[in-house]
Amino acid sequence: MSDLITSVGSVLALIRKEILALVKDPANRVVLFAPALMQALLFGYGATYDLTHVPYAVVDQSRSAASTAFLARLDGTGVFRREATLASNAEIAGLIDSGEVLLALSIPADFERRLTDGEEAPIQVILDGRNSSTAGAAAGQIGTIAADYAVSRGASPPITIERRAWYNPNLESRWTLMPALIAALSLMQTLLLAALSVAREREQGTFDQLLVTPLTPMQILIGKAVPSILVGLIQSTIILLVIRFWFQIPMNGSYWLLYLGLVSFTGAGVGLGLSISALSVTMQQAMLYTFISIMPLTLLSGLLTPVHNMPEVLQVVTFINPLRFGIDFVRRVYLEGAGFADIWFDFVPLLAMMAVTLPLAAWLFRNRLS
Amino acid sequence: MSGGSGFHRRLVALIRKETRQLMRDRSNLLVGLILPLALILLFGYGLSFDVENAPVAVVMEDSSPIARDTVAGLSGSPYLAPVMVGSMAEAETLMRAKKVDGIVRVPVDFAVSRATGSGHIQLVVNGADSTTASTIEGYVSGAIQTSSQHMADRAGGGAGVGITLITRTWFNEAGNSRWYLVPGLLVLVMTLIGAFLTSLLIAREWERGTLESLFVTPVRPSEILLSKLAPYLVIGAIDMVMCLLCARFLFDVPIRGSLVVIVIASLLYLIVSLLLGLLISGATRNQFAASQIALLASFMPAMMLSGFVFDLRNVPIVIQVIAQVLPATHFMQLVKTLFLAGTVWPIVIKSCAILAAYGALLAFLTRRMLAKRLD
Repeated sequence: MSDLITSVGSVLALIRKEILALVKDPANRVVLFAPALMQALLFGYGATYDLTHVPYAVVDQSRSAASTAFLARLDGTGVFRREATLASNAEIAGLIDSGEVLLALSIPADFERRLTDGEEAPIQVILDGRNSSTAGAAAGQIGTIAADYAVSRGASPPITIERRAWYNPNLESRWTLMPALIAALSLMQTLLLAALSVAREREQGTFDQLLVTPLTPMQILIGKAVPSILVGLIQSTIILLVIRFWFQIPMNGSYWLLYLGLVSFTGAGVGLGLSISALSVTMQQAMLYTFISIMPLTLLSGLLTPVHNMPEVLQVVTFINPLRFGIDFVRRVYLEGAGFADIWFDFVPLLAMMAVTLPLAAWLFRNRLS
Repeated sequence: MSGGSGFHRRLVALIRKETRQLMRDRSNLLVGLILPLALILLFGYGLSFDVENAPVAVVMEDSSPIARDTVAGLSGSPYLAPVMVGSMAEAETLMRAKKVDGIVRVPVDFAVSRATGSGHIQLVVNGADSTTASTIEGYVSGAIQTSSQHMADRAGGGAGVGITLITRTWFNEAGNSRWYLVPGLLVLVMTLIGAFLTSLLIAREWERGTLESLFVTPVRPSEILLSKLAPYLVIGAIDMVMCLLCARFLFDVPIRGSLVVIVIASLLYLIVSLLLGLLISGATRNQFAASQIALLASFMPAMMLSGFVFDLRNVPIVIQVIAQVLPATHFMQLVKTLFLAGTVWPIVIKSCAILAAYGALLAFLTRRMLAKRLD
């Protein structure tokens, strides 16, 4: 019993030392906590697929009441802004090439007559496809506005599709993206932190001293892992607060479940980081190996593009990516209010990763002395 | 012996030393050459916004022929895979279990309301993934409008009254998202080389005290700077060639602009990116802080704020200003234009001038950072 107390005591002492080493440097304190806040704000505003500003040019050969009314509806959205009124189609190319306008409308001379006669009235839309998502979304909105206007001119009404979006009524892309950042942003820094923690001691030669202390590799491992996990959880909390109170995205799930998930997720990330750390001899190596892992982890996580759009082979590969499951459960708990029964599966790969990486790191500590 | 040849001799010696150091550590080559290749493949195959065969539950509460004909359009769409479901409750269960991405519900009174007016169809999507939700909404409404158009044509009720949009998407006719993601890859890889390979170079020498030893030699700051740049420039150039070859031949993304301009602009951005890494390294003098800052100041913004996936037109003005400060934003715009649109000289000149100005500024700052000064 007293052995247990001593061993817990020495682990606690090591954790204390690690935390002190981490926060005693003012530069570290800034580097560990300020970026989470800044990035949450920056990306919250910057990472959006929702159209807010579409500059366009128009060639209005019809110059009729109908074309004016149609353009007024477009301008009335507040999203479409007319940057130029052109005399001929030949002028369109220059404006689109230079990126001054996203799209150009060309309304033919017989637009009003055709509408009045009940014929089909074509409008040509030329889009800048350099960003195909924006172009597609803008075309879709113009289509809706045109259809509405046609109905007001007596066209037979099309079938109305009433959309109801669960968990995100206005389909704001920010709602999808921000909860994912709770997992994604903290993972990057904690991975790097864990990876550098042992590599730094290796490089400075203090790790060998640590190995000859009565501490077992498992105790050293816990001493190294706990501070990184704490930093990760604090970063996640900062991002969570920004999302909840600054961007006011409603939280539908249980905070307990969210944190239970975050602990397993951060644990899996730290396990990966410590394994990297144990494999590297210098800080340079630890950092580079971390970056080598971060990039695929981010790209294959569903942060930017959905996992189920990926080819089957890559979807299988994502099963060893903690971020894929981290993002999945944060989104589902935060937005969908999922309960444990809905997301228990996300815990399986995360716990499996912890169970593999942490002992692996401990083993590597002992067996890889340079 | 003249000063000029001394410069040359010292520079060659330093470059040799840096190159050896670079080659000796496998992790450098892994990041420099293997990671870019892995990224190219991941990007090209892994990232896509193009939804295909999205499963959608269809609940037919009205089984009249007109309702059937209307939803028949869904099966014709290559993007949707409709599944017939008996009841709304069943469909919602499927959606909660993520078996389907959306529910199309044709209400009991559809045929009646269609005969007298517009007719309503309900679409339920999962907003937790707003991108997929919007895409599916677009496909469903497109498919239903098309089939109702066909029905009107067949009924002989005269050609569709109304406005038709004839859309033509320049530069990316098929609206393939890979075409706009792959050029951005060049930017990310160049950023990566700079940020990750060079950001520890000076900090490491400070930590080990070897930079101070260099100060007592005749070596000048500008020579240290050039020697730390040269080997990485070669690695970056190899990566650039890899990116261009893969984009063109593996992913069939067209390169419509001048290849010479692309190469020159990429080298310019590569220099900016390497210098930024060196500056971070020299300013922090601490490998831990340098690595964190390199990640936060160069790589993350290049991925999130440069216009790589998120269109800068949609972001608030403050974010636009911040984005304009990033060299990556200017290079991103230039690369997308050069790949897809062609050589648009106003953009080429503006972007290259900005990148060159950044290069000069960063070179000046980094050189000052390396001035022989102890504190």
